[in-house]
Amino acid sequence: MSVEAETLTTAVSDQPAEMRPKGRGTLRISFVTIAVIIAAWSLASAYGAVSPVFLPSPFVVAKSLANVAVNGFVDSTLAEHTLASLLRIFAALAVSLLIGVPAGLAIATSRIGKGILDPVVEFLRPLPPLAYLPLIIIWVGIGEASKVTVISLAMLPPIILSTVSGVKSAPADFINAARSFGASRLQVLLHVILPGAIPSILTGTRIALGAGWSTLVAAELVAASQGLGFMIQSAAQFLVTDIVIGGIIVIAAIAFLLEILARLIERFLVPWAAHR
Amino acid sequence: MSILSLQSLSLDYIETGSRRKRRVLEGINLHIASDEFVVVIGRSGSGKTSLLNLAAGFTEPSEGRVLVDGREIDGPGADRAVVFQDDALYPWLTAAGNVALPLKLQGISRGERQRRATDLLAKVGLDGAGDKNIWELSGGMRQRVGIARALASGPRFLLLDEPLGALDALTRSRMQQFLLNVWTESKTGALLITHSIDEALLLATRIIVLAPNPGRIVADIKTDFGRALLGNKSAKEIKALSAFKSLHDELTALIHADEEEIAA
Repeated sequence: MSVEAETLTTAVSDQPAEMRPKGRGTLRISFVTIAVIIAAWSLASAYGAVSPVFLPSPFVVAKSLANVAVNGFVDSTLAEHTLASLLRIFAALAVSLLIGVPAGLAIATSRIGKGILDPVVEFLRPLPPLAYLPLIIIWVGIGEASKVTVISLAMLPPIILSTVSGVKSAPADFINAARSFGASRLQVLLHVILPGAIPSILTGTRIALGAGWSTLVAAELVAASQGLGFMIQSAAQFLVTDIVIGGIIVIAAIAFLLEILARLIERFLVPWAAHR
Repeated sequence: MSILSLQSLSLDYIETGSRRKRRVLEGINLHIASDEFVVVIGRSGSGKTSLLNLAAGFTEPSEGRVLVDGREIDGPGADRAVVFQDDALYPWLTAAGNVALPLKLQGISRGERQRRATDLLAKVGLDGAGDKNIWELSGGMRQRVGIARALASGPRFLLLDEPLGALDALTRSRMQQFLLNVWTESKTGALLITHSIDEALLLATRIIVLAPNPGRIVADIKTDFGRALLGNKSAKEIKALSAFKSLHDELTALIHADEEEIAA
């Protein structure tokens, strides 16, 4: 066997990089917590500790949710309310990704881009969306556009800032390597900086979904004829507390599902991020 | 044959904080032919990596010029491919994807890219590993992918920045022999940065010793032990040769000399 062939075969059998050990989850503990809360709630309403007008039993809440699902409440079923809310959130997400990612790239890679966009982002970031909601309604009206606009504005800062930090976290060697293969500035941006920033952009998207979802419900409380926020607000006006609580639970459940969905997408799109 | 020339290069760093200028490299004159294996050795802080970064075009010299075949370079270029200490492989691409990237940047068609990436991976002893993710590869395998990727851009010079520094001793000695094989087969010039005197002696056709404060060339020695390593002698046998030992002592003294200078 020649020297070369020997080195080649031996090195291929090198051990692969080590795997991470999996920690034990907290799932069981969390389930117990939820069970205890529901049990306490049931006991409080069963023994009349609180008036049913303020706190209907879990059973009543579940029953009225089922009723809303089939017969609807204020002209729409639960599915229709939920769909209206989800459409708004995903429309806003699309808008804010289309604007936020290029804006983040501009801030992170260009002096002029940073000069122009930084003050805008810094102005927008600390503002509570409800503060500018009335202004948006004056400008855009009370239709879908105003809600999508407000939610987009709430989602933009986390997406822009996470894009910026993703770009800045690109290792100098990654960029230098591409340059030494003859990559142009644009090629470095497209083939190295942008793919490297995707994990950070996805994290930003997750934060944005959270911010967007809470803004959405608030926006629907003010002006809408459909949507989960609107459903709760209408129910509250008639003191239908079971639907108010049911609506809150649905909103929380959807936020939770969105978070899980975002994590699944992350794992599917950037499996390598866990190995950095 | 190509020549990579560093002509009276000096490099200053502005220290953050004190804002004082510090000279990192001074009066570097080095001409590397594309049939040479030049190893630059020196203590930490002697400017070894700065020298490689200048040759690669990542940094601009404060004085002097870098030329390839008489033409001054304009930043990094595909004629001088770099292999990094921390491999710098892109984790979102497979091993083959990494090797094919320089070809993609050159606008070569997909089928041709795949064919050449497969060939290059076979050349570095990684046949069939093309679909592997980067994190599934060992340190030695990663450096092989890095070398295949550097070769993909069709360079005239390979600039190797301590590529074996992070490997364990056994893998490292295998990779030394592998580097020599790649160098002879690919017919590119090599500029290798290292801390290890043994490595320098085993691989180099020429050893450049850098001394710190400021970084400058204090010795330029021709050697020939690589030929024996490519032949049928083992690294252990070569290291036992008296010629090897005396040159090892000489290099140790040269590198040790600056330490005394600093202490004085």
